[in-house]
Amino acid sequence: MEISLTVNGTEHTTDVPDNSLLVEIIRERLNLTGTHVGCDTSQCGACTIHMDGRSVKSCTVLAGQADGADITTIEGIGTVDALHPMQEAFRENHALQCGFCTPGMIMSAIDLVENGKPLDERSVREGLEGNLCRCTGYHNIVKAVLDAQDKM
Amino acid sequence: MTSETGIGAAVKRKEDARFITGAGHYTDDINQPGQLYAVFVRSMYPRAEIRSIDVSSALAMEGVVAAYTGADLAADEIGDLPCGWMVKSKDGSDMIQPPHPPVAVSVVNYVGEPYAMVVAETLQAARDGAEAVTADFNELPVVVDLASAHGADQIHEAAPGNQCYDWELGDREATDAAFASADHVTSLDIVNNRLIPNAMEPRAAVGMYEAATGNYTLYTTSQNPHLERLILAAFVNVAAESKLRVVSPDVGGGFGSKIFVYAEETAVIWAAGKLARAIKWRADRSESFLADAHGRDHLTKAELALKADGTFVGLRVKTVANMGAYLSLFASSVPTYLYGTLLAGQYRTPAIYVEVQSVFTNTAPVDAYRGAGRPEATYVVERLVETAARELGKDPADIRRLNFIQPEDFPYETPVALTYDTGDYDASLKKAIELIGYDGFAERKASSEANGKKRGIGFSCYIEACGLAPSQVALSLGAGVGLFESAEVRVDVTGSVSVMTGCHSHGQGHETTFAQIVSDKLGIPFENVDVVHGDTGRSDYGLGTYGSRSLVVGGSAIVKATDKVIAKSRKIAAHMLESTEENVDFEEGTFSVTDSNQSITFPEVAFSAYVPGNYPLDELEPGLSEKAFYDPENFTYPAGAHICEVEVDPETGKVEIVNFVAVDDFGEIINPMIVAGQVHGGLAQGIGQALLEHAIYDESGQLVTGSYMDYTMPRADDMPNFVVDTTVTPCTHNPLGAKGCGEAGAIGSTAAVMNALTDALGVVDVPMPATPETVWRAMEGE
Ligand code: FES
Ligand code: FES
Repeated sequence: MEISLTVNGTEHTTDVPDNSLLVEIIRERLNLTGTHVGCDTSQCGACTIHMDGRSVKSCTVLAGQADGADITTIEGIGTVDALHPMQEAFRENHALQCGFCTPGMIMSAIDLVENGKPLDERSVREGLEGNLCRCTGYHNIVKAVLDAQDKM
Repeated sequence: MTSETGIGAAVKRKEDARFITGAGHYTDDINQPGQLYAVFVRSMYPRAEIRSIDVSSALAMEGVVAAYTGADLAADEIGDLPCGWMVKSKDGSDMIQPPHPPVAVSVVNYVGEPYAMVVAETLQAARDGAEAVTADFNELPVVVDLASAHGADQIHEAAPGNQCYDWELGDREATDAAFASADHVTSLDIVNNRLIPNAMEPRAAVGMYEAATGNYTLYTTSQNPHLERLILAAFVNVAAESKLRVVSPDVGGGFGSKIFVYAEETAVIWAAGKLARAIKWRADRSESFLADAHGRDHLTKAELALKADGTFVGLRVKTVANMGAYLSLFASSVPTYLYGTLLAGQYRTPAIYVEVQSVFTNTAPVDAYRGAGRPEATYVVERLVETAARELGKDPADIRRLNFIQPEDFPYETPVALTYDTGDYDASLKKAIELIGYDGFAERKASSEANGKKRGIGFSCYIEACGLAPSQVALSLGAGVGLFESAEVRVDVTGSVSVMTGCHSHGQGHETTFAQIVSDKLGIPFENVDVVHGDTGRSDYGLGTYGSRSLVVGGSAIVKATDKVIAKSRKIAAHMLESTEENVDFEEGTFSVTDSNQSITFPEVAFSAYVPGNYPLDELEPGLSEKAFYDPENFTYPAGAHICEVEVDPETGKVEIVNFVAVDDFGEIINPMIVAGQVHGGLAQGIGQALLEHAIYDESGQLVTGSYMDYTMPRADDMPNFVVDTTVTPCTHNPLGAKGCGEAGAIGSTAAVMNALTDALGVVDVPMPATPETVWRAMEGE
């Protein structure tokens, strides 16, 4: 099946197997390997991206469902020289260690700040409940998100 | 020099730029032209004889390039996966090491054990091919229950009674005598629940082979690429060490589980050679659950003998440890040399005796998981101490203080083979007590009660032995490898520096910490120092990262190499300044002649080393690159006090951690921001063990907790904010004065949580994990 989607501002038209997942298109077709795969039951959040402005786990979306969608991945939100405030806050607050959960965590966190109510510690924790991190104990991630909220 | 980027500064991490922008390179991000994909066929049976395996239909499928069984590897003389630590039983006999072929040949012994591998042009074709592999199994009786494994049906021909070893440490007679004379004995039956490490990045491998040169390259998720290479070369017979390059690129967490050499990368690199094509494999999470080495899993009877005033007089511990179906790489050392040796804790207990029987079961292999043996030891000691305090009506802090090894007692030789170099245990406890507001606890408890909640407080004063260890001691105790670390400090012509280390960072931030050390010592900008790790093609043989060793052993090697660079530079500078070495000072990157205004900078010296116009060529070789190997004199002994306060809802059994304080003594600290992060992560894992995580096999040997739906990982809303702080007694025997911080959080916290919970409920024990249901049952007295 042929699908068209915009990823990080660039339009792509590609022929994909019917059963392929959005995360596979992102990683394997488009070579955007910042989006990670950490589980096979849609429960870790490592694959989180933005689809039409909202965060989704890209391992739960069939490529076909993304036809016509506007996708943003971690590679599309900022660069080393011009970081997104959430990226900056993660760095400033040591909210990452191995970095594997980080892209998904950042994408979820941006959605949380942009599309929700003002956040406090509790609501950040609840809002990030779908993203697993094994390294940080979440302490600094929570700090980073609250910090970014002030700057976004 | 204490600058903004020097030793002691909370420098932001160099590695973050790539991770926050999605530009990290993890093994699964690496692709090779024309690469094939491997999928493993895994046993559904916990124990069965393999009568036959038929790969013909798989081979007939489109896209399938090859299908291999254990027999194919055996025919190529691919060896067993070895265990690297020989533990001896009480009677002096060697532990039993049953055959462990990477891919099962005649028998499978746990659910998830691979018995075939299919290689295909696409991942989908490999998956389809794997489904088409058929096998005829003869199911055999299964041994799952740890308590009854000894004496159950025999799993391995070589292991009567399913026993791997029956080990002891300490003085049995002296301990028995201490118990005979004691006023009080506290006894506990302790279960240390089985865990699954669950680094967020699943294990993966990309194997390559170049027929024209015979060179192999293996990218894999290893915490110790040199050790991986050594084992694949020397034991598994894949290729000579010089023909095999192992690269651990960015690795998404390890926690011990990526120390070991596993079946999958072994089969992948071997098959890459057979087919002369690149082959990629990545575990699905369900495979990680089944086939990563698990952690913990002890059953223990522990007794503490005391005088009426609370003084400890003896400790007796008897543990059964689960090895799983086969001995993983360091499995044997975890419940022995990393466990029994830690049972003195922070106390002057004069007589200790520990027996550990390790047994095989039809479950995944069990090996080191963050803390490895030391969390289990701490759990035993600290649960006992708290329980004893309650039984004797003592304050839990007071009973600890009464028994602490005192600052003037160091060096302190324990009855279980270690010599602690330094520490001040009361300093950490005191600080933790202040931070948690112990004085106000009774008031907080009363107000919880007024709200219908139960509140409890629990202490845990842990010790760990890190930075394993003097090589000669480890080798004499059965280790199969030395435990030094290597470093190379390579100064470029323009004065920038590359630091090669044999350690590997998979979240620990070595690229930052090690650069701080070198830039500080050389007086050059932090930005000018790059740390290279994880590639056997680029750094000297080293042992990798585990056991909180990287800074204390690897960092010490870096200091040694840096000192050699400075020594050589000083000679060059003396020549250039027409002075003598003795008269040349080196400070903040500048060499200057004492009592004169003549000076030159480190980059100028480096330049002259490579462009030796003005250079003592008659005395010195050109160039400025130095290597060092550092072998530790002793373990390091980080220690600390963790205090946890919980609130329990008696209606639901839900436990909330309302306060958690960790005060740790890691010796000197290079980067306090990174250290705090390490503690946070460890605490979450220790709390996870206490309240959430449990790997469960049912009676028939199936893993019940095989996904994130059944295995409860700590999530953001399960965790509290932590209060972490430090005290400092510098390590006495390494050049950094550092002790290591990677595991402390996971070692100390579990007992603190369970001590708090049992305090809240007024019960002796609650099994871990203390889920709402378990807690509710404990309250009901079940
Ligand atoms: S990969 Fe785990 S939720 Fe998508
Ligand atoms: S930083 Fe390693 S999993 Fe989150």
